[in-house]
Amino acid sequence: MVRDRISLRSLPQLLCVIGGLVLVLASAGCALQGNGFLNPVGPTAEAERQLFFEVTALTLIVVVPVLVLTPWIVWRYRRGNKQSAYRPKWEFSWPLEILAWGVPVLIVIALGLLLWNRTLRLDPYRPLSAALPPVEIQVVGLDWKWLFIYPRQGIATLNELVIPVGRPVHLTLTSDTVMQSFMVPNLAGQVYAMAAMKSQLNLQADRAGEFLGENTQYNGKGFQKQKFRTRAVSEQDFSRWLEHVQETGKRLDCDQYAGLMKQTLVPKPVHYARAEAGLFEWVVKKYQTEPSPACQSLTGESARD
Amino acid sequence: MTETTGLWHLLMGNLSYDALPFYSPIATVGASIVVLGALGTAVLITWLGKWKYLWSEWLTSLDHKRIGIMYIVLALLMLSRGVIEAVMMRTQQALAIQSPGYLPPDHFGQLFSTHGTIMIFFVAMPFLTGLINFVMPQQIGARDVRFPLLNAISLWLTVAGAALVMVSLVLGKFSTGGWSGYPPYTESAYQPGVGPDYWIWVLTLSSIGSTLTGLNFAVTIYKERAPGMRFFRLPLFTWTALCTSILMIFAMPPLTVATALLALDRYLDMHFFTNALGGNMMNYANLFWLFGHPEVYILILPAFGVFSSVFSTFSAKRLYGYKSLVYATMAIAVLSFTVWLHHFFTMGQSPSINAAFGIATMLIGIPTGVKIYDWMLTLYRGRVRFSVSLLYSLMFMLLFVIGGLTGILLATPPVDFVVHNTVFLVAHFHNMLIPGMLFGMLAGYQFWFPKAFGFRLDETWGRIGAACWGLGFVLAFMPLYVTGLEGMPRRSQEIFQPQFAPYLLLAELGGLIILAGLFSLFVQLWVSIRRRDHNRVPVGDPWDGRSLEWANPAPPPEYNFFTLPQVEDRDAFTWMKERGVAYLPAQHYEDIEMPRNSATAVAIGVAALLSAFGLVWHIWWMAVVGLGAAWAAVIVRSFVRDTMRTIPASEVEQAHRGWLREIAATRAVSRDEEMSAGNVGLAESAS
Repeated sequence: MVRDRISLRSLPQLLCVIGGLVLVLASAGCALQGNGFLNPVGPTAEAERQLFFEVTALTLIVVVPVLVLTPWIVWRYRRGNKQSAYRPKWEFSWPLEILAWGVPVLIVIALGLLLWNRTLRLDPYRPLSAALPPVEIQVVGLDWKWLFIYPRQGIATLNELVIPVGRPVHLTLTSDTVMQSFMVPNLAGQVYAMAAMKSQLNLQADRAGEFLGENTQYNGKGFQKQKFRTRAVSEQDFSRWLEHVQETGKRLDCDQYAGLMKQTLVPKPVHYARAEAGLFEWVVKKYQTEPSPACQSLTGESARD
Repeated sequence: MTETTGLWHLLMGNLSYDALPFYSPIATVGASIVVLGALGTAVLITWLGKWKYLWSEWLTSLDHKRIGIMYIVLALLMLSRGVIEAVMMRTQQALAIQSPGYLPPDHFGQLFSTHGTIMIFFVAMPFLTGLINFVMPQQIGARDVRFPLLNAISLWLTVAGAALVMVSLVLGKFSTGGWSGYPPYTESAYQPGVGPDYWIWVLTLSSIGSTLTGLNFAVTIYKERAPGMRFFRLPLFTWTALCTSILMIFAMPPLTVATALLALDRYLDMHFFTNALGGNMMNYANLFWLFGHPEVYILILPAFGVFSSVFSTFSAKRLYGYKSLVYATMAIAVLSFTVWLHHFFTMGQSPSINAAFGIATMLIGIPTGVKIYDWMLTLYRGRVRFSVSLLYSLMFMLLFVIGGLTGILLATPPVDFVVHNTVFLVAHFHNMLIPGMLFGMLAGYQFWFPKAFGFRLDETWGRIGAACWGLGFVLAFMPLYVTGLEGMPRRSQEIFQPQFAPYLLLAELGGLIILAGLFSLFVQLWVSIRRRDHNRVPVGDPWDGRSLEWANPAPPPEYNFFTLPQVEDRDAFTWMKERGVAYLPAQHYEDIEMPRNSATAVAIGVAALLSAFGLVWHIWWMAVVGLGAAWAAVIVRSFVRDTMRTIPASEVEQAHRGWLREIAATRAVSRDEEMSAGNVGLAESAS
């Protein structure tokens, strides 16, 4: 009996501590106001956040009864409590069985429908708007930096992604090294960038600001520093920025690019006024064909299109 | 790594002075602990004069119970290393907020790789394999597993794998490619050193061992059940053991293939997963997770089995919804093969594929939810006793559902896009593996320990340990959910958001409390051994158990049962106790054949370790000799005819009658006296 008293005193306390901590942390998390998708700045992150809360709410229907009833059951049916019923042989009940299977089945049906619908809608490959033509940007993952090529404008940047507010952006990604994962959490979820392959991501910023972009897939000792600045600026500022880069930036040719392929960290963003046309295609192709084409041969050719 | 040449290269491969860990003080300390620990243990055994005892009673034993115990000893040893590594990483992240911290990036990369590899393959797998080994044959009323020698071979291959991980701490550097070892990062173009080779051969040894274990367990459950033990009378732990074994048989080979192909890439310049020449790392991701996802159910199902036993025993009630639980277990086992793609929703495949795998993943939530409800209904209208095992099981219930919630979130592809590869994911899988898997194993350890050694574990230290593990887990991982939602990538050696500081400090505190929990486990063991004379339970049934493993003395005789039990009910032992037939002498006794000890398995383990070590360091002669020796051991063994020894019926009868006399002189205790010295393992009937 002594044993029972000790344990029963400590158990509810432990449960309270655990429950309290969960609540404190959860509420503190909402107040963090950081770089996560919980502070969305674009339609994709916004929709992902909404889905996050919807799925949480639906799932809580099966979770909350466990959190509430388990402590109640063990307290009420503790050995010390001789008033409560004791049915040592009871092992089955159809109504409870139907409830135990039925509720999760219904919740999963609801979740499944939601999931199907939203997964198709929030496909990262799906253009965000039929009306507005997107800004095309090619992304090359390097060790440990990101190269952004603006093929229409002929410029490129290293570790800085600049996009106009309110315009959809279409990213085509590849890697010139190991697999990486590209994410700007305030704007949209991530997608992998893999050598010899192209993946895509559509995103959009609804207001101006500076956001954190990162690689989330470990790729060596510079991984933790592979961050980039994403700036969403007004259309005018975007045009001005483009002009500025075109006037002041360096040239990104095959030799320059060869330097980027080394494992290095870039302390400050770099701007390139003239990026070799076809550079992105070459990065993809060089892993697809044997022998790999030289940089010049391919970038020269595809300059025509 | 410096190139070695000439005769040295021929004899020692790529091993050179550079392989020693003197490049960093932390690595030197780690290596010293391993070397001194090994030497210290050897000296201690010599000083105590226990080598012969150790060799003939344990290392060469084919007794499933001893093999099980050795698995668990291995798991607890490796758990210590895994937890220490975890605390080192937590400390780094707590210190490295806009500062480089104390661990260089390369060392941090090795730590998260060894931590994951060790925790999955050398803590979780040996722990569950050990528990199943010890318990399952007794639960089904068998004398041993179907293939005792194969069982020992599995053990020693696993030990060889664990030894190779320990060697990697002393010689050379481990992979920084994480426990999943994704190429092309683990290809020689990006990691030319021995790291990924260590990882490959460590996993190969372990995965072959586990495949053989799966075969052995499944055949044992099919063929070795006592008379009357129909499938629907199997205790739920045995059901989960069966499903886990089937998963092992089908899920381990893809891993062996994946690591073998990666080895071909690294050793023979092939191009399965390289960037160029037609290699495609997506194939690796598919193969790896074709193993990796069933693997998480290999880990969790036996824990579910333990919880079923614990809830029913400590609420003194039949398990609610037995058939439901069986069907749920089988459903989980089958579904576990249909969801692997959710590990890479972000690889750019079409949304309908993602949606299909997302829904398949959510389907697993149904049987899992049913299980939780069935356990609640098992407690309902019971007489709940708050033993240490039950405390672990309750913490599991409350914390696991939170992990379930975050699992459902991760199963939703658009949500996964934003939290994949962040510490939210890290928090999720630790939420499943610590409260789910590890608490299950620890509950089982506390539950079956008296059966294995004949005395109960200390209750007070057990409670302190459980509280530390529970609180430590919450503090260590709940903050990571928050920082994960804020986009903190996993595996970050340095953190650039100062607002994460309080969360990472809390997580650090949690890590330290978990360390205290680990320490409590060892203190509990120490205290219990010292006080063993007060806690003895020779009669063998300290918890008023319900299944057959409680029907024999503690510790059980080598052959488990004096006479094979006749099973009449799901709660076979409870049925016997209720009818007063649990402790009766038999009409007649039979000679029992048990396997003789064999050094074959140890030889195979040592040879495999040598071979793997040779492969890691390109010491080709050693690789060939090791492999040859392993096969030679198998061939030599096949010429041994005298593999069994007979225990005469008279000896069995004498032992049985001795035990029954002891019982006759013993007072049966009620559950109120469960923790008192008066409980020597005879339960008052219908208490």
